[in-house]
Amino acid sequence: MKKLNILILLIILTSLLAALPVSAQEGDNEVTDDEVNAIARELFCPVCENTPLDVCETQACKQWRELIRTKLEEGWTEEEIKQYFVDNYGARVLSEPPKKGFNLLVYFVPPIIILIGVVILFRAFKEWQGDNDYEDEDIETLEATEPETSENDSDANDYMAQFEEELKKTK
Amino acid sequence: MLPSLGYGIIVITFLVTLYSVAIALYGENKKDGAMIESARRAMLITLPLITIASAILIYLLINDRYDVEYVWSVTNRTMPTYLKITAWWGGQPGSLLFWSWLLSVFTSAVTLRKWDRDRELLPWVLVVTGATLAFFLALNVFYENPFKLIPAGVPTPLDGRGLSPLLRHPGMIIHPPAQYLGFVAVTIPYAFAIAALITGRTDDRWIRITRKWTLWAWLFLTLGLVLGMRWAYDVLGWGGYWGWDPVEIAALLPWLTISAYLHSVMIQEKRNMLKQWNMILIILSFGLVIFGTFLTRSGVLSSVHAFAESEIGPLFFIFIAFTFIVSFSLLIQRWASLKSETEMRSMLSREALILLTVLLFLSILIISFWGVIFPLLSELFTGSKVTVGPPFYERATGPVWGALILLMGIAPLSAWGHSTITTLGRAIWKPALAALIFPIVALVSGITNWIALSGFTVIGLVITVTIREFFIGIRARSQNEHLNENYFAAFLHLIKRNRRKYGGYIVHISMVLIGIGILGIELFQTDTQQHLALGEEIELAGYTLRYDRLDQFMHEDGRRITRGEMALSKDGVYIETLAPRFDLYPDGQPMTIPAVRSTLVDDVYVILVNWEGITRESTPFKVYHNPLVKWVWIGSYLFVIGILVAVWKDEDKKKV
Amino acid sequence: MTENIPENTSSETPPKKGMPLWAQITGWGVMIALLLIVFVGLQRAREGNVQAGAETASFDFTLPLFEGYEYEGKDEVSLTDLRGKIVVLNFWATWCVPCQQEADEMEEAWQHYQPDGDVVFIGVDYVDTEPEALAYLEEYGITYPNGPDMGTEISQAFRIQGVPETYFLDRDGVVQYVQKGPFATTQQIIGIVESLK
Repeated sequence: MKKLNILILLIILTSLLAALPVSAQEGDNEVTDDEVNAIARELFCPVCENTPLDVCETQACKQWRELIRTKLEEGWTEEEIKQYFVDNYGARVLSEPPKKGFNLLVYFVPPIIILIGVVILFRAFKEWQGDNDYEDEDIETLEATEPETSENDSDANDYMAQFEEELKKTK
Repeated sequence: MLPSLGYGIIVITFLVTLYSVAIALYGENKKDGAMIESARRAMLITLPLITIASAILIYLLINDRYDVEYVWSVTNRTMPTYLKITAWWGGQPGSLLFWSWLLSVFTSAVTLRKWDRDRELLPWVLVVTGATLAFFLALNVFYENPFKLIPAGVPTPLDGRGLSPLLRHPGMIIHPPAQYLGFVAVTIPYAFAIAALITGRTDDRWIRITRKWTLWAWLFLTLGLVLGMRWAYDVLGWGGYWGWDPVEIAALLPWLTISAYLHSVMIQEKRNMLKQWNMILIILSFGLVIFGTFLTRSGVLSSVHAFAESEIGPLFFIFIAFTFIVSFSLLIQRWASLKSETEMRSMLSREALILLTVLLFLSILIISFWGVIFPLLSELFTGSKVTVGPPFYERATGPVWGALILLMGIAPLSAWGHSTITTLGRAIWKPALAALIFPIVALVSGITNWIALSGFTVIGLVITVTIREFFIGIRARSQNEHLNENYFAAFLHLIKRNRRKYGGYIVHISMVLIGIGILGIELFQTDTQQHLALGEEIELAGYTLRYDRLDQFMHEDGRRITRGEMALSKDGVYIETLAPRFDLYPDGQPMTIPAVRSTLVDDVYVILVNWEGITRESTPFKVYHNPLVKWVWIGSYLFVIGILVAVWKDEDKKKV
Repeated sequence: MTENIPENTSSETPPKKGMPLWAQITGWGVMIALLLIVFVGLQRAREGNVQAGAETASFDFTLPLFEGYEYEGKDEVSLTDLRGKIVVLNFWATWCVPCQQEADEMEEAWQHYQPDGDVVFIGVDYVDTEPEALAYLEEYGITYPNGPDMGTEISQAFRIQGVPETYFLDRDGVVQYVQKGPFATTQQIIGIVESLK
């Protein structure tokens, strides 16, 4: 256990060291609107519901975009900025619920329901197939003996039959 | 005087509707035809009554009667007359009245039909539509009176607050009415379904009666969605048209169930199966219409569309609970009689594939519904608010939409009753080969994204398969020596002979055209935002936009308009000048109006980013490049044409 | 796809069955759950903010204070520590214009009570950015403890409907008065506090 802790500490330290020069370098650069918007569009304004931050027109949102710019100038990563927003304004600034705890339900419930639906449908199919005393082999052989008709698609046949009937009527 | 008259008429209409419901129930109980006839007539009176009430409201709106609270809150003197009329549905009380009026129109139309063969359904149709109408009128009578005067003693305001700037747009004329028409029209098939359940006439008579009604409902639901998307794209200035907002989803949900219904109903008509399914789908559609309306009007959910907080919640809740419980109880009671001899011989038969289609539609329904309801759940159980935004819906429903389109390509080739891999394979290989043109063209034009390539392949398949369907029919007609038609005449006659089938195919084509647009904007949208001084340029996706001038002036209605001009060019060739605008309303409300240059290949969409502060030296512009988005609108128009083809009266029906 | 199915034993059509029990139970279950959720949601939407008379013991919070602010020497303040004192809890934000209108009055009232130590003013900065907030506090010379509402937890606990909103808590931590919107005068604030004494 202890060894593991030390290992983790080492990894964190080295990654920090690796990150340092990069952030120092970035700090000098001017941050463009596009870089700000790239992060802002994935965040939601905490006061105006359901509006992404990059297109929100309120004074508050303008301040948040400035905040993103400041943080980017300080060399923060996208993940860090998002985390900062969550800490400050709550999980609702994220465009999706964080994948933990109760919120996992949002990701798991629909597939489960749909899966149950598929299973029910599949079982119903089996039942319906069993309902009638139809020999599947019969159909196969039927088709094999009459290759001409199956060449045409059945809809065309449908149509021709209906069409012949109409012709008879018009005469 | 006039306002009291208006309110009086609403109250009277409410009472008349209650009378109609009561006397229909009583008459049905006593088997008294005269009473049911009386109920029918009472229902017919509601239309002229609500029409008069609405006319009074419109008169008050047009004539700036600011002593009426509603008029004050949604109009002002500078608004043009057409907007004053649209203010009828610009706020909660007025839009509820508008809703009642539409429902009354539909109800009257259905009440006037010939009932001879379906006498026993009449009282129950009257009860269901009447109860719904009474409910909506009750909202006006008890909570949201559009004729309410401003409090006594307060001097009449000289001017009104005016419609929210977002709503001051020609789109306001058609989007809300289309959306409401779609919602309201669902009531009719629902009423017949419930009537069929109660009377036990659970054969497909109710389906045949409501076939056209359902198609109309679908048409208007589609129109409502599409017009809303167009409006958002043209006015809201965020470069897109669909934001997975709760209200947008609330409008999508009944569209999904009606779409599913229109497919599964074919199975019932052709093979007499799935009666229970059709019943469930219609009940669901109505439930979702009411539920969606409730969510957005009661303040339970917040959204850009949401109406101001209102007291109608509890009554709405009771109506919803009542509707759900009664419908489900009836369904359980009649379940056995809805059972049909289902036989599904193979999983590739047409009916099996259609059933799969229904399942996919319902999957999208479940995902979207869950996404809308989840923030409520989260707040309830964890106490913290969360947002379920576009990434969730896109990721979850994307593959399902894809599968739906794939089925559109396969299902028309499978036969009713029985298909095998062999028969299907024989039918599909030629169109599939032809469809490869689409991804090849995409590859040649430099698209390597695998989602796009597989998307285009499936879309191509749908197009080739559908064209093949048309071609087979046309060739059969034109090669027949009795008819001796040319190809064009054959095409027209083909559609005339089977409007629903070929209307449906047109809708399929239109769906994949919309799909092309969605793939384009979802996968390849790019944008940039830059601060420019006059004369500076922005480059995006091969286009160059040069900032030429900036004007600021006052509009006569008090708006302060800031207008930028940008010269759009490509490869040094000038194309046109785009003028994005920013309007500041006197009440401080801003509007950002984009300038768009739209072609079949792509849109260049420019907005003046007013919220960043505009000066001549440094004007912020945001430019979006939206590839292929025009196909969304082209597909939408075709969609409407397709439904119109399907809904048009069959000529041969009259002869029989 | 096609499987061999043993010959069906009964050739007559079976008697028609009602809806299977599991489907009925699921149907009712889903419907009732849905109605319940909506009902509670509706209740929430309608009840609005925490009203006078509400106990705050159930949602104690600890407010980290902005740089340069402290309460009794600590850089954070928790609600339970303030039992026995009258608390004026003011929600504000820099992007909120009415908040600026009442900023001077709030500070004046605070100056009036500060020497006593019996009444505590707390400013909760609702969804704001730190640099802007600090500039605002400096501009209006606000000296009572102020801090950001981390994760909007405090404002959610009080279910505030907007800013500014001010909650007056008595010595037992019970909400006694709620002011929505700005105060017009310093006297108004003092008057309310006096009524709690």
